[in-house]
Formats: sequence, C-alpha cells, structure tokens
Amino acid sequence: MIYHYPVLQVIIPLLGAPLCLFIRVPRLVGFFAVLVSSLSFLISCGLRQQVHLYGTIVYELGGWAAPWGIEYRIDQLNSYLLLLVSGISTIVLIAAQTSIKKELPENRHIFFYTSYLLCLTGLLGILATGDAFNVFVFLEISALSSYTMIALGTDRRALTASYQYLVMGTIGATFIIIGVGLMYMMTGTLNMYDLAQRLPEVYKSKTVLCAFGFFIVGVCLKLALFPLHLWLPNAYAFAPSIATAFLAATSTKVAVYLLIRYIFSVFGIDFVTTSLPLHDIFLVLGLIGIFATSISAIYQRNIKRIFAYSSVAQIGYMILGLAIGTELGLTATLLHLFNHALMKGTLFLAIGAVVYRIGSSQLNHFAGLGKKMPLTMAAIVAGGLSLIGVPLTVGFVSKWYLIVALLDKGWWPVAVLVLISSLLAVIYVWRVIEWIYFSQPRIILDDVREAPMSQLIPIWLLVLANLYFGVDTRLTVGVSKLAAQSLFGVTP
Amino acid sequence: MSFLALTALAIVRLKDLFAVVMLSGLYSLLSASFFLSLDAVDVAFTEASVGAGISTLLFLASLKLVGRYEKKSRYKPALALGIVMVTGALLVYGTLDMPHFGAVDAPIHQHVAPRYINDSMTEIGVPNAVTSVLASYRGFDTLGETLVIFTAGIGVMSLLLVSRQTKDQSKKKVPADMQQQIILRVVAKMMIPLILMFGLYVQFHGDYGPGGGFQAGVIFAAGVILYTMLFGLSSAQRVFKRQILELLTAFGVLLYGGVGVVSMLLGGNFLDYNVLRHDPVHGQHLGILLVELGVGITVASVMILVFFKFTWRTVKHKYNQ
Repeated sequence: MIYHYPVLQVIIPLLGAPLCLFIRVPRLVGFFAVLVSSLSFLISCGLRQQVHLYGTIVYELGGWAAPWGIEYRIDQLNSYLLLLVSGISTIVLIAAQTSIKKELPENRHIFFYTSYLLCLTGLLGILATGDAFNVFVFLEISALSSYTMIALGTDRRALTASYQYLVMGTIGATFIIIGVGLMYMMTGTLNMYDLAQRLPEVYKSKTVLCAFGFFIVGVCLKLALFPLHLWLPNAYAFAPSIATAFLAATSTKVAVYLLIRYIFSVFGIDFVTTSLPLHDIFLVLGLIGIFATSISAIYQRNIKRIFAYSSVAQIGYMILGLAIGTELGLTATLLHLFNHALMKGTLFLAIGAVVYRIGSSQLNHFAGLGKKMPLTMAAIVAGGLSLIGVPLTVGFVSKWYLIVALLDKGWWPVAVLVLISSLLAVIYVWRVIEWIYFSQPRIILDDVREAPMSQLIPIWLLVLANLYFGVDTRLTVGVSKLAAQSLFGVTP
Repeated sequence: MSFLALTALAIVRLKDLFAVVMLSGLYSLLSASFFLSLDAVDVAFTEASVGAGISTLLFLASLKLVGRYEKKSRYKPALALGIVMVTGALLVYGTLDMPHFGAVDAPIHQHVAPRYINDSMTEIGVPNAVTSVLASYRGFDTLGETLVIFTAGIGVMSLLLVSRQTKDQSKKKVPADMQQQIILRVVAKMMIPLILMFGLYVQFHGDYGPGGGFQAGVIFAAGVILYTMLFGLSSAQRVFKRQILELLTAFGVLLYGGVGVVSMLLGGNFLDYNVLRHDPVHGQHLGILLVELGVGITVASVMILVFFKFTWRTVKHKYNQ
C-alpha cells in the first residue's frame, strides 16, 4: 500500500468528489469531505516520511515508464507542499460544516463540497505530477472548481468576480499550454525530468525562449503577481468565507510552486538567468507589488478585501525571494509560502466565523466585537501580528530569512524597503484592531455570541501553528533548506 | 487558413450574435478540415463534433436567454489591442526557430512518438495508436480531462439550480415551440435513431478508427438535444430524469477511476490495464473499453444536462403564465 501513496493522495479526493453526488444528504456529504481530505492528509504525512528516509519517489501511472507514460515524482519540495495543502484543506473543511450551512442555501451544499474536493484534487495533482501536460489538466480542474466555488457566494457580485477570474484564469491557462506545446515541439517530450535533460540542446532557439516567456506570464497570472492580480481581491471578497480561506491559503501557493518548479527543475536556473532579465523583472514587480497593494489594503472597507490585497503583497515577498537568486533567497520564499498559508488560513477562517455570526465582513461592523467574540478576535490579532512579522510568530521567521538573504546578496536598500513595507502592514492591521477593540458598535450586537466550537477549534489550531512554527523552526526551515538545496543541486 | 482568419475577423466585427454563433460553428468546421489536412483525424473529429456540433447548440440555447443583438459599448480597448499585438508578435517570433513543417528529424518524431507508433500494437493491441496513447500511455491525463468535464457540469448544475417551486411545475406538460414544424419533426424522427446509433458506433469503434468516448458522448448528446428542441423539454425529461443525469455524470468518472483502483488492487499501478486479465493485451482491451465508456457517459450526460438547464431557463416563463 505504501508503494501507492503518491497516487493515492490524489485519487482519493478525485473519486470522493463524484461520490458526493451519490450520497445526496448534505450533512453526510460534509462529513464525507472531511474524511476524504484527512485521508489525503495522512497519506501525505506518510509520503513526507518516505521522502525524508529514502529520497525522491517515482510512481509510474498506468505502469508505463516515464517519457512515454506519466509519472508522479515526489521530492523534498512537493512532499512539503502536499502536506501543507492537504493539511490546510482538512482544517478548513472542519470549520466548513457550520459555516457553509449558514452561508449557502441547502440545495447547494453538495455542489460546494464536490467543487471543494475537485479543487483539492487539482491542487494536489499539480503538486505531485512530474509531467508538464498533466500539470495543465489538473490546473484546469482546480481552476474550474474554484470559479464554481466563488460564484456560489451569496452576494450577486460573486458572479462577476468569478467571471472576471474565469477570463483571467483562462488566459493564464492558455499561455501555459502554449508554453508547454512549444516545449514539446522542440524536445518531443512532456516529462519534466526528461525536458530538463533535453532542453539544454535547444537553449539557443527562439522557440524555447518564447515558450519560457509564455509559461512565466501564464503562471504569474495564476499566482496574481502585481499588475496581473486584478482578479484576486474581488474573487476573495465575494466568495463564501470557507472558499476564501481555502483558496487564499493554498491556490496561489501552488502557482508559486509551479513557477519554482519550472524555473529550477525544467528550464534550469542557468537558462533563466542568461536568457531573460527575469531576476530584475521579479525584483521590480515584487517591490512595486508589495507597496502598491499594501497601500491599497489600507484604504479598503471590507475586511476580506484588506487581506486579499495583503495576499498580493505577500506574493510580492515570495517573488522577491526568488529574485535574489541564491539558495538563501529560495529558502526564504519557500518558508514564506508555508507561513503565509498558515497566516491567511487563520485570518480568513476567523473572518468566516464573524460572517457566521453577524453576516457581514464590512470593517465598521466589526466595531465592538472584541468583547462579544474574544477568542475569534484574538485569532485575528494573532494572524495580523504574524502578517506584520512580530517575533514569536511565523511571519517573523520568514521575513528574517528574507532580510538575511537580501543582506547576504548585498542588497541592503531592498532590505530597508522590505522593513518599511512591514510598517504598511502595521497600519492596515492596526486599523482592523482599532475597529475591533476601540470603537463603539455600529450595529446591534446583543445576540452575537462567540463562534461555535467547530469553528474555534480549527481557527485556534492554525493560530497555535502560527506560534509554534514561529518558535520552533526546525521543521519548516529544515525542509525549506533541503528543498532549496536540492533545487540548486539538480540544475545542470 | 485564410478562410479561418476571415471568419475570425467577421466574428469580431459582427453585432448580430446569431450570425456570430453560426460563424463560429463554421470556424470550427474549417479548423476541423485544417486538422484533417494535417493528418490528425481524431483531433479533427473532436473539433467537428464538439466545436461545430455541440457548442453551437449550447450557444444557441444561451442566445435564446440573452437576446440576439450585442449591446453597443463605448469601450475602446487600445491597451488590450496593444497587448494582443505584442502577444501575436511573440508567437510569430517563436515560430522562427521551429523545425520545418513535416520535417522527419523534428524532435517530436524522434523521441517518444516512435514507440507509440511501433510498439503500441504489440503492447496494447489497438490499431488506432491515438486511442492507445490517449487511454493507456497517457490514460491519467484523460481521467483528468473527464474530471474537467465533470467539474464544468458541477459548475452549471450548482449555478442554474432548479428551485422547488419550479420542480412541481415541470410536471405540467408544455408544447414545444416547434410543434408546427412537421417537416422538421418527421425528418428528425428518422435522423435521431441514426445519430444515436452513430454515437454508439463511435464509442465502441474508437479502438479501430478515429473516435472514442469524447466524440461519442457529444454525438449522443447532440441526438438527445435535437429531440428536445423539436419535441419539448418535458417529453425529453421523461426519459432523461434530472437526478439520473446528475448521477450519471459522476458515474462516468467513477467508472474510469474504478478501473484504476481495480488495477491497483490486482497488483499493478494505478490505471495499469495489463493486470486486468491474464493476457496483458486483453487486459488493455478491456481497460480501454471501460474507460472510454466512462468518458462517454460523463460527457454525454454533462452535455445533456447543461442543455436542459439552459432550456429550462428559457421556457420557465411559459409555466408561470
């Protein structure tokens, strides 16, 4: 059974999603989804253990060897992210049981859980596969199901937001497939490992350069790099809270993974640095992105939008880490990937709990909630502090590594800018805190109570994870370092 | 090729959406013949049945919802045009170093393709190499594609939900718009069995000639949709119940995945059909047959369901009168 782990963690949600339609009872479907997701999580724990002990695992689907068939290739990098995605998914699903019941009409519950599992399948599939075209197929699955989840939001604007995302996402996917197609044309293979072997022969050709360009732009659309982030704030703001929590914590991270995977394991870092001034582009876009979106976040009135803009800014930090182009920089990126998922998971779940109680995510409706929902609000504060990068939280760890990497490279002006940008985060987080604790209630809050246990437990699990990984960094830093080393090691 | 470009330009310029839909059908047909001239029979077949066939039908159904003419917009997309031009220029730039068209030494003919062409007969025993690549060598991709269709179906199902009130009303019978069109009805009555038969033929003959689950599912769905258009939604729904269709969409995916799980239980890798029977080639045959059936079921039921959902929207007001 252990032998099948690489594929099992993807096909369990894959088959679980259609089974949801057969179960038909909304409550049971909810439990079933939790079960499916936690099975995936357990398997990915097992996989992580395996990779730790024996190194890269290769699994041939259909029994056909690699360049002919499709293979799953689990290494340091993606085993770590598989663990993250399936773990977050399980935690979010536990909170979903009550939240979805309140936010969506009953006849849509089954479809929501089905889409959710499909999205999980897609994300895990992208992470696990070692085949360039297979990535595209699973990207489509995750994208289509996230459009559905967003459109299920009760606000009418959810439909427009979803449509906007659909158009942008489809352009991104088309660019990616053009890139993959051109690569296939030049090498005759779709397997990533094989591509890495065969691409150096044709590095000089314009077609490969073109393939690379299209691929990068496509992925950057998916990961919402600044100027391509316009779909994200609306999509996050109007989706059901649970969908926001899941997508914010995982979906853009998977796109960042894809970028890293292609830069390092397919094209090779040498090609990337010599063919295009990618590092400079990433540096500039990353920095502008951090500042522009952090400033936008300050002016938002909807709390979901504040943190959606902040998500784009955090993506900027990850890209900045990539732009440094050293092992330390990559470690910082991977750390921030993990840590940001924890922060945003906490924040959006906590916001979801508030929406569950007061039915709104407008910032001024949060006034006075500090007394009514102390535990939920404390979680928002903890998430916010982590976002700023206060010591003892995960945010501090990843910012610390980013700044160390920048100084190591000798880019101290950039390091200073990163510190200044943290001040912007202080401003928007402080705005939220001020409304929560120091304002008079604007709406009647008499019958508002603390969030139900089924939501508090997942929220606080994530808060504790935020604190735990902020103090004990052995696991996250260790794995990020190993992954970064292996990525720099395999490049030809 | 120049026809293709012309049609695309016309589509962009026209404001009459009905003509646009017809032209995009034409566009698909043209590209299908273009693929045919590139010897990609299976792709051409898919393009013809999906692009020219079913998507035109679905466009028409949604046209009925939104009205025939485009709204005038004052938006002048200069920036967008610029970006599109740059993208196009990049694509052309990329073609400069491409291997020549039809060159034997192009990398795609050198690396994986020879094994597909030379060995698939002994390894899989299916004359149509495309089917063996699709359903066996890269069977997991096809499972993914089926899941994409299913996901799209879920999207439509969840967004165009039928409320409880309308559910009761749907029991009443409503005559179709086409009640008077006797010629159409008679011709269609003769055609529909043939279309359905052809769908089944394409389904089960995919191993030998061009075809397979995707095309078959679409053709089958087109037959049912034709029936619905001429004889009304309520009579079509007597055979194709909504709930059963919904379950069928899931069943197709499960069938495909189930084959994979069974092969795993029998000791092979996921989707390794060799272990399904004692003889690997027989195993491959059985596996491909089953997964193609799964694809066909999902595709057909999703298409029919999507059409029903759209049609339901258009005829709803009649019930309320």
